[in-house]
Amino acid sequence: MTKLLEVKNLTTQFFTTSGIVQAVDNVSFDIDEGETVAVVGESGCGKSVSALSILRLIPWPPGKIVGGSIHFAGRDLLALSDDEIRTIRGREISMVFQEPMTSLNPVLSIGLQLTETMEHHLGISNKEAHQKAVELLGMVGISEPERRLSQYPHHLSGGMRQRVMIALALSCEPKLIIADEPTTALDVTIQAQILELMKNLTKQMGVALIVITHNLGVVARYADRVNVMYAGKLVEMGQAREIYHDPHHPYTLGLLASVPRMDQPRGTRLIPIDGQPPDLTLLDSGCAFRPRCRFAVDQCATEIPPLQTVDHEHASACWRVSEISELKVAS
Amino acid sequence: MTDTQQAVSASPVDSSVGEDAFVQIRNLKMHFPVTEGTIVQKTVAHVKAVDGVSFNINRGETLGLVGESGCGKTTVGRCILQLERPTAGEIMFDGRDLTQLTQKELIPVREKVQVIFQDPYSSLNPRMKIGTMLEEPMRVHGIITDASKRKERVRELLSVCGLDPKFADRYPHEMSGGQRQRVGIARALALDPAFIICDEAVSALDVSIQAQVINLLEDLREQFNLTYLFIAHDLSVVRHISNRVAVMYLGNLVELADGDELFDNPTHPYTRALLDAVPIPDPVVEGDREHRIIKGEVPSPMNPPSGCVFHPRCPMAVDSCRSSVPEFREITSGHYVACTEV
Repeated sequence: MTKLLEVKNLTTQFFTTSGIVQAVDNVSFDIDEGETVAVVGESGCGKSVSALSILRLIPWPPGKIVGGSIHFAGRDLLALSDDEIRTIRGREISMVFQEPMTSLNPVLSIGLQLTETMEHHLGISNKEAHQKAVELLGMVGISEPERRLSQYPHHLSGGMRQRVMIALALSCEPKLIIADEPTTALDVTIQAQILELMKNLTKQMGVALIVITHNLGVVARYADRVNVMYAGKLVEMGQAREIYHDPHHPYTLGLLASVPRMDQPRGTRLIPIDGQPPDLTLLDSGCAFRPRCRFAVDQCATEIPPLQTVDHEHASACWRVSEISELKVAS
Repeated sequence: MTDTQQAVSASPVDSSVGEDAFVQIRNLKMHFPVTEGTIVQKTVAHVKAVDGVSFNINRGETLGLVGESGCGKTTVGRCILQLERPTAGEIMFDGRDLTQLTQKELIPVREKVQVIFQDPYSSLNPRMKIGTMLEEPMRVHGIITDASKRKERVRELLSVCGLDPKFADRYPHEMSGGQRQRVGIARALALDPAFIICDEAVSALDVSIQAQVINLLEDLREQFNLTYLFIAHDLSVVRHISNRVAVMYLGNLVELADGDELFDNPTHPYTRALLDAVPIPDPVVEGDREHRIIKGEVPSPMNPPSGCVFHPRCPMAVDSCRSSVPEFREITSGHYVACTEV
């Protein structure tokens, strides 16, 4: 079966005055139809840039996709013209951003923003689009949809705006939705509402979902598969259960040990990862995680470890991948 | 401190038994006026950011204060710091009611009560060197008058907070978020305070850095005998760091208990909803968990619901919740809850 999305060796760089930033470096992953994949990592690890690269939304200058390929439903997105990619954006792949206040147009009514998209992409009449907009708002749990259509973003709360964003993302029945930190700006009870809504709607409509987040709890609750990124590289990927219960990269291990958990006894000390993420303009020819890694060996300084299969779809980019389980127990 | 002592001093309502409480907050109210008109300002409404909150903070403990945005948790912190002059209520610290003190009388208090803010980017002056920034409070308060001793103290503060003393000559933009937050902590420690208000002190940090700073805060508490009011929205962090936890909703305290008690035995429907909403970083645990998701959103504090402020979203609400304000009562020793139905 062909994959819905296949990203191969994607490399995106930013050419800045302080040097070349290797934001995304040789990243390959794929998405099946209807599945939910989470991309996790800390600020600056390249998770958002890889998502923006899929939609070719990297601003040039300074950013540029310098290598790799992105195949979506059989088409090479990097080979498309600007006009062609515009028929994909919002129609077949849509996006939900973190900050619904900045991603909705403040001077256009909710109704106009919804109908405009559908009229443009689906070629339906204004009346039909209006009808559909009402349905969509009802579907995402907004009360009195008819009245809301004439309102503006500032009339709505953060949670409501994010619901509108989801309605907008679903409006053209895309095959893939990329949600970039969709709930980071929201309170925890609203976060739960929004994530549940996204999960149910994407399942119902068979839409694949890429969730970009730094929240390991959100990933555990909603994702089928997980990609862990560090310093622009994919360091581990696999089924959510494998990543959480049998992590094979020292960074993933470190991340899991550094978050306090509600289901563990209180008073246990957190084990942070020492140091801080590297400057992406100064990466060398070794593993970028090496300076913070407890298990680093000489080889880590000279060669970048490739992704190596652990089991089936589970892969980790660490030279000591085969020893990780013993190292974990020993430390 | 023994358990019984803690239970007694935990009483947030009865001030007579809270003799050894370090900070006592009684019926604190902070209403911000909403005005209309440009030349003649007319008050048209009040935002009831904090509406009658009482609790104690014991010496040497970390009291967690949680709630969603707009619940008034930060305003409580700002009132204790006297950055806001509360509308009503008392804040007893060191035997004095801070709300009655003049700005001048507050100066020695400010030595003892410090704050760490959320955003390490906006809370450090971009044009000041780290060293100057850390020296300033000592100079202002006349703690160390000798310049070379002050510099020595700056180096000491930086290394206590896990930073290279060389950072004294740097500017904030040369540092990462985690390092800046350490500077914010060093600044709070500069005057050798007894009490620190941490307002979302780790919320802006990445998880691996967050753990470093949480551990640092815990170590400093031990080392310098500090008392913390830890204000945050992240329940797993609050659970980790706090001895006792208070939950706020729309300007009111809804529950207060010892950490274990609150998280193992949450009683107020809002606390339960909050805890249910926090995802656990384990797909197996999450798969087995029942997700009861609370409906609706937080109402406006300008026009809060009558009776119990939580009743419009509450799954257990009965008729009386609409009209009568629930008393903040002790259900078991040291466990307080503002709900009539539990």
